[in-house]
Amino acid sequence: MSNAIQTAGSVAPSHEGPRAWLRRFVSGDEVAHIVTLLFASTILAITGLLVLQLWTNSRLSRVQSGWHFFFMQTWDPVFEHFGALPFLYGTVVTTVVALVISVPLGLGAAIYLAELAPRKISDVLAFLVDLLAAVPSVIYGLLGIFLVIPLMREVIEPFLKRTMGFLPIFQGPAYGIGLLTGGLVLAIMIVPFIVSISREVLLVVPREQREAAMSLGATRWEATWHVVVPYARGGIFGSIFLAMARALGETMAVTMVIGNDPRIAASLFSPGYTIAAVIANEFSEATYPLYINALVELGLVLFLLTFVLNGLARLLILATEQRGVAHS
Amino acid sequence: MSVRLVWRKAVNAVMLGLTGVCALITVGVLGVILGYLAWHGGRDINWNFFTKLPAPVGEAGGGMANAIVGSAKLLVVASLFGIPIGLLSGVYLAEFGGRWYSFFVRYATDLLNGVPSIVIGIFAYAVVVVPRHQFSTLAGGFALGIMMIPIAVRSAEEFLRAVPSSLREAAMALGASRWRTVATVVIPAALQGIIGGIMLDLARVAGETAPLLFTAFNNLYWSPGWNQPTASLPVLIYTYAISPYDDWHRQAWAAGLVLLALVLAANIITRLMLSRRGAARGA
Repeated sequence: MSNAIQTAGSVAPSHEGPRAWLRRFVSGDEVAHIVTLLFASTILAITGLLVLQLWTNSRLSRVQSGWHFFFMQTWDPVFEHFGALPFLYGTVVTTVVALVISVPLGLGAAIYLAELAPRKISDVLAFLVDLLAAVPSVIYGLLGIFLVIPLMREVIEPFLKRTMGFLPIFQGPAYGIGLLTGGLVLAIMIVPFIVSISREVLLVVPREQREAAMSLGATRWEATWHVVVPYARGGIFGSIFLAMARALGETMAVTMVIGNDPRIAASLFSPGYTIAAVIANEFSEATYPLYINALVELGLVLFLLTFVLNGLARLLILATEQRGVAHS
Repeated sequence: MSVRLVWRKAVNAVMLGLTGVCALITVGVLGVILGYLAWHGGRDINWNFFTKLPAPVGEAGGGMANAIVGSAKLLVVASLFGIPIGLLSGVYLAEFGGRWYSFFVRYATDLLNGVPSIVIGIFAYAVVVVPRHQFSTLAGGFALGIMMIPIAVRSAEEFLRAVPSSLREAAMALGASRWRTVATVVIPAALQGIIGGIMLDLARVAGETAPLLFTAFNNLYWSPGWNQPTASLPVLIYTYAISPYDDWHRQAWAAGLVLLALVLAANIITRLMLSRRGAARGA
């Protein structure tokens, strides 16, 4: 009994000798500490190994092409031409299209959920949005192929051509597959992330901010748009960065609707290719080391891009939420 | 009323209305997905679907029993690999962690969480498929297991921290050592939340396709043991959807409906369970 009390007392030691340590070891505390520490260390090991593997397995391609890898336009494995530019272009364009559609939509929905809807309705809708975020991407791809592509080919792309056809991005034949369709499907997939995080940061904006604006005679919309949204700006940008990282790395749905053609065209109607899609399509068919290395290097690029975006997003969301908490 | 006031009120009404429309569109997408899948997939779900192997093109009937079993086996491997690492790391962060080491572990976890799934696939290919010279259930399960770790860590840590410190203090006041307190008091108190987090985690990786493409690969037949390429529901949906055959398209719809139903059911049950517990901020 007295032994047990001593061990309980020695839980938070400041300066201890080897005997105290031994006592905690015998009581099991130190064993539990070491075991959990080992498991936690495997996470560090896995992450380290992942970066190492991406780096070493892309060595051939990095040595052979250097920075040219990112500026060459030809991707032709038969003749050992590996230029990543078409994939970078496709990835950037689809992501931009996705953001142009999803940011206004997501922000609007988040404002409705956080500011206007009664709490009960807001909770139910937020629940549905969370479910939407859980839908597997291959399901989005399935609907993309059989619902979105025909819709784009028959209705939306002809309409854009009639109304805004003077813009180079809305010219050319409407295949249905292509950059615009890829971007649209991505947009649908990332909206839930923007909505649920933006809603959370909007909800932590202190009440007084709204009340002060409205007591000065602002309409509800003015209070929301000029006071509440700017207050939560950082977190909203964070949610957008997170969504952007998802969009960059999203594979299946895009692969299924973008056309998988490594070329660079100004028109959004033309087929394209993204980094993730080319890895998905060609990795298991890559026949010689340089080919595989080039694909791994594309994976490395994707990893670095999402790494930077996720880091920025976390900082912004954290800063905003703490600001809200500190003031309320 | 001045013209300006009328204008401001009009802007107010229009913009607030628009935000409602945005919310409707966002949520409406879920209805479209469910309705469309149920409409196209519902007709082709029958007993054969769950018990037969895929039929050759042009032949009626056939099912995807091998893909369903394959997905289950992949999830077993993923759980065996991902859950112990995730949970015990969560225990470390919540109960034993030192300041600096915890910071690095959390950072690595966040990093891992943000890695695109296709890159996880490359990693699993490099460390499992290449040394063993074979696509296998093990490799696919390994990839999915890695994807499970970050959410398992996060949910374990969050729910352990939510346990009131009075419980810990009471156990220690009775003379329990730290690990005994954690094992017999803190973890049982947080168990429901932790299990919920794991179910959400499983639901998420069950639908992952990209990391399986070149780790578990695909298989038209049964995959005996753990060392052979295996079919799985998501990969099967993908290959059937991009094929040119109508028969296969119908199978893809049916498989999509089954997959979505499983994933959404797991999500709904878990989230309701967690929110009733008053800790709705799960993973």
